[in-house]
Amino acid sequence: MTTAGDWLVLRNAARAPLVQVPRHDFAGLSDRVLAAVARGERVCALLGWTRPAGGAEIMAVLAADQAGLLRVAIGVVPGRSFRSLSPECPQVHLFEREIAETLDLEPVGHPWPKPVRFTNELGPAIGVLDYYRVEGDEVHEVAVGPVHAGVIEPGHFRFQCHGEQVLHLEISLGYQHRGVERALVEGDPRRRIHYAETLAGDTSVGHALAYAQALEGLAGAAPSPRAEIIRGIALELERLANHTGDLGALAGDVGFLPTASFCGRLRGDWLNLSAAICGSRFGRGLVRPGGVGFDIEEQRAARMGERVGTALRDTADAVDLLWTTPSVMSRLEETGPLARSDAEELGLVGPVARACGLQRDVRSDFPSGIYRFAQIARAHVDSGDVFGRAYLRWIEIQRSAAFVSEELDKLPEGPLRRPLPSLAPGSVCISLVEGWRGEICHVVRTDETGAIAGYKVVDPSFHNWMGLAVALRGQAISDFPLCNKSFNLSYCGFDL
Amino acid sequence: MWKILQARVRQGNRTIAFPDAPPELPDRFRGAPALDATRCPDGCRACADTCPTQALAADDSGLRIDLGRCLFCTECVEACPEGAIEFGSDWRLATRRREDLITDGETLRLAEALDARARRLFGRSLKLRQVSAGGCNGCESEVNVLGTVVFDLGRFGIQFVASPRHADGLLITGAVSRNMRLALEKTYAAVPDPKLVIAVGACAISGGPYAGHPEVHNGAEAVVPVDLYVPGCPPHPITILDGLLRLLGRIDDSRLREGLRAD
Repeated sequence: MTTAGDWLVLRNAARAPLVQVPRHDFAGLSDRVLAAVARGERVCALLGWTRPAGGAEIMAVLAADQAGLLRVAIGVVPGRSFRSLSPECPQVHLFEREIAETLDLEPVGHPWPKPVRFTNELGPAIGVLDYYRVEGDEVHEVAVGPVHAGVIEPGHFRFQCHGEQVLHLEISLGYQHRGVERALVEGDPRRRIHYAETLAGDTSVGHALAYAQALEGLAGAAPSPRAEIIRGIALELERLANHTGDLGALAGDVGFLPTASFCGRLRGDWLNLSAAICGSRFGRGLVRPGGVGFDIEEQRAARMGERVGTALRDTADAVDLLWTTPSVMSRLEETGPLARSDAEELGLVGPVARACGLQRDVRSDFPSGIYRFAQIARAHVDSGDVFGRAYLRWIEIQRSAAFVSEELDKLPEGPLRRPLPSLAPGSVCISLVEGWRGEICHVVRTDETGAIAGYKVVDPSFHNWMGLAVALRGQAISDFPLCNKSFNLSYCGFDL
Repeated sequence: MWKILQARVRQGNRTIAFPDAPPELPDRFRGAPALDATRCPDGCRACADTCPTQALAADDSGLRIDLGRCLFCTECVEACPEGAIEFGSDWRLATRRREDLITDGETLRLAEALDARARRLFGRSLKLRQVSAGGCNGCESEVNVLGTVVFDLGRFGIQFVASPRHADGLLITGAVSRNMRLALEKTYAAVPDPKLVIAVGACAISGGPYAGHPEVHNGAEAVVPVDLYVPGCPPHPITILDGLLRLLGRIDDSRLREGLRAD
């Protein structure tokens, strides 16, 4: 049983003094994490920092989705190693590898102790690692990347195959590493919002919102309702553009060109709606700490509302062809299946998790901003295959478009941006946002002067890449592009 | 089949008229900046001090902006007490030389076409290999979108190909992370001569917001010679297309003038 002293309980984007976060020895933290995960909670983030006195502190952030609460506790590691939780709790395996790489700690008993981003110049060269290898006379290996065939970010994939069948896929990333987390603390503060907007450029609004929310939480300031609604509209437009683009790309990957071609145009129409607010198709410049940089005046809102209606009608027309064309459906159904239990054990988030029947959506579970007042019903599909991931996107497109239309109609009066007071010293804030790929988590700590002392970013892709590897087991290698597109994960969001 | 044809009719023809007519851009589009140094109060450096990427210089010789560093974020516009900086509607930003991106806001020496020999080779068929080297997927997405029916890059004979060995050049995005350097060098080496390099976005030109990070090389030029610079963060697809067509000598500016907002 968890007692009050085991965890600090926090709401999304609320701050707490760091001294209030319970400190345990690392074994104590491990036991509490395992007990909570056994109860159905999940790990949002596991992060660490070195202590001036030697050793390290590791902070666990757990999400109790149904209760809408976040739990935080710290485990103290006195030496250079800690006992790995991964064998019992697979969803932390990448977090532990990350801690091993950045803090030079050894997770003892980790089944897969490999570099995550190859950030250590003295360590192995990028991509060079001891790949998990299947042995046998008839087994062969296919290596792909980092430079791929399409216009796409770099990553390296190793397929262990028997004939056409993939026995295992190993994914090695880190090519896009730009040192964002380090720079968010040590770098030029004027660049911080731009780091947030380019953490994963296709999720500019999502990450900028997580950043702004964290700062506002630490400063104890809230933006005006008008600014919160404009942010919500922008976040949903980002989802609409990307989901529409993904459905088109899935159609392209199964060789169904009508929907591929229509959605290619329609994705642009959604992006252009973001540009109608702020001039940038990616919403650059729109979200700023304290509010928003651009207004949606009455006339603009009316024009945008009409365009949302037209874009949704055309998107429905294009997407409906997928579900009514048997040759498309036969390629989507039962391809790249992922069991709900696997998704749960791996701690997957976002549309990928919801397509396996998991009810996880930050907008409903940890609502902040406008989502506290205007609910978007959580969608889910149970099939767990490429079809499920595609159809879920279509459900979300309809709900997001309805939300945008409704909110454009009732923008309240209020200032666009309020000045941000200084950040509370010695505090921590956990900021969650449901980006179009899933849960974005920023964990920000301040030092005793109120300066940012630690910044941890968890892009949804960090949770979900392993899901792709598992979904591909037993599949034909020629289905990799289709499976990959159905996840459509971020490389730079992972590499940071 | 009947349903598909009906949908095809409903979806209509969507290819834009550009470059035969000006593009339609949003009213808040942030294009080429106009600088008016005559408005600057003595010794004022408010714009330069606020710029996150040191793209602005304000000194005795006036105001200058380096579009290769600029994120088009308009922090400088807000910081200026006199309204001396304004981002206009001109989407034409690509240049052939790095130094041409540094402008006083009056003139921007736009990209000139390739020489006759290169145009004979590439003018009607240009195959490019895209390499993302530390990009954020913003520029990559805007390059990708050129392949849609809206921009229809194929009508100009420009195409992105899967192998550098099939390519006439590279289109590079991203600040060139240390972890991508070798892959970029190898990809460049695999492109047969003569070859072109196009750097798209602030990151690929100067490192963008990542300029100065030890994890990156501050853009493509650190590794390969660059023939065309397309600034922006990310540049609008029209800006990229405009740059590519300028390089191939296929833009007639007289047809495009009316598209420029009177600002």
